[in-house]
Amino acid sequence: MADLELRSVTHDYAGVGRDVRALFKLDLAVAHGEPVAVIGPSGCGKSTLLLLAAGMITPNVGEVLVAGSPVTGPRRTTALILQEYGLLPWKSVFHNAALGLEIRGVSRAEVQTRTFESLERVGLAEFAGSYPGELSGGMRQRLGLARALALDADLLLMDEPLSALDALTREDLQDLLLELWRVRGHASVLVTHSIEEAVFLGRRVVVLSPRPGTVAAIVDNPDMGERDYRGAPGFYELCAHVRSLLVQEGAVGRLAGTGGKG
Amino acid sequence: MSARLQRVLGYLGAVVVLLLGWQLLASVVGSPALPAPVDALTEFVRTFVPDLLPHLLTSAWRALAALTLGTVLAVPLGLYLGRSPRADAIVAPLIFLSYPVPKVVFLPVLLVLLGLGDLSKIGLIALIVFFQILVTSRDAARAIPAASVLSVRSLGAGRMQVFRHVVLPAALPEIFTALRIGTGTAVAVLFLAESIAGSQGLGYYIVDAWGRIAYNAMFAGILAMALLGVALYEVLDSLESRVCRWTKVGS
Repeated sequence: MADLELRSVTHDYAGVGRDVRALFKLDLAVAHGEPVAVIGPSGCGKSTLLLLAAGMITPNVGEVLVAGSPVTGPRRTTALILQEYGLLPWKSVFHNAALGLEIRGVSRAEVQTRTFESLERVGLAEFAGSYPGELSGGMRQRLGLARALALDADLLLMDEPLSALDALTREDLQDLLLELWRVRGHASVLVTHSIEEAVFLGRRVVVLSPRPGTVAAIVDNPDMGERDYRGAPGFYELCAHVRSLLVQEGAVGRLAGTGGKG
Repeated sequence: MSARLQRVLGYLGAVVVLLLGWQLLASVVGSPALPAPVDALTEFVRTFVPDLLPHLLTSAWRALAALTLGTVLAVPLGLYLGRSPRADAIVAPLIFLSYPVPKVVFLPVLLVLLGLGDLSKIGLIALIVFFQILVTSRDAARAIPAASVLSVRSLGAGRMQVFRHVVLPAALPEIFTALRIGTGTAVAVLFLAESIAGSQGLGYYIVDAWGRIAYNAMFAGILAMALLGVALYEVLDSLESRVCRWTKVGS
């Protein structure tokens, strides 16, 4: 049974004067515990896809299912991690990580233990009393992850979570994401602009076409998660393959600036 | 602690400069209407407990009650309007039309309706503070980044939780700024309202002393009024640094 399934989803936005079609007859299934990376040109509806999966919006046409049942709103163990981290500057690191649990009305004692556990996992336990404004970009992204971990999420939806980081921090966080997936085995959808990131973190890489977004190709990536995959010849070959697919979609001219690792 | 010490020292320095300037001005003007600081301060100390204090307490109570009332009414309404385009479309024109009207002109009306005592003064100042805080909190709520709301909603937060975790804290720093500006207005309007009607409060005390040509007493009243303004400002400032600790850190 797929953890996440989008069935022939079409979604329009109300634009200025006319509707903008973001997605058209998009089919996508993410298996239980499967990490999927989604890549495509700017404005191909990647973010819309995540908002649909998170239950923040409902599709005009088609169905979105999580764990077999239709998504009607935010789900207890789905975590959405946004580009701008979605952190609240007025809450301490602890309370930012604990927010999901607090909103869900989890008991104080449990909030305490689960939040500290998740902060420890991302290496932020000693910063529990700090504020997001005191953290580096990489640490903030770790905090965004900690919030998802505290929820014990089985479905992680990430919207270009690492795009604002410098190259080294970015690799560091990619390693952390991989490590967390190895330990926890959650399903995830990672939307990214980076070909290397998609190939490093996606067991399957989904290439979307330009607006309206629809699945142009799906690339299997069975070696994902192997030791030192970044340096393996297979990694480069797959990156080149994904790149050629994006060229076919007319997207690489745009990706050239943001696609690389550094 | 050292920051507090620095603050106290800063205040002391400012007091010295102000007193010197006052002294200089008094000797240049050479009129009994502007007594030297020594005379005014002596009068202030001599009359503080028996005469000034009851008036100071009355004025302080009026200002505090009005600031509290205005804020408590304006913040929820302002935040609600800022987050609800539909309600805002109806109410915003009303606010834009009534905001520029100087509320102080309603003093006579309030005096007739609410009497010469505390109520009319509190009502007038609360009205003025209400509009200032209303406009500020509405604008602050409108400016909240969509990502903040989205991330909290994706965690399953309902309307009230979005208010508690996002809208209110995000708007607080601006509300405090408006309040600090509001205290200045509040004390000024308080003086006016008390000087026109009633027989209590520092405004009355100052104008009464003026009528009796008791310039030293008049200045003792002015000093007490200044003290009131500074005290209100300080209370708000320490409240803000406690409630909005995050604004003092980092980036």
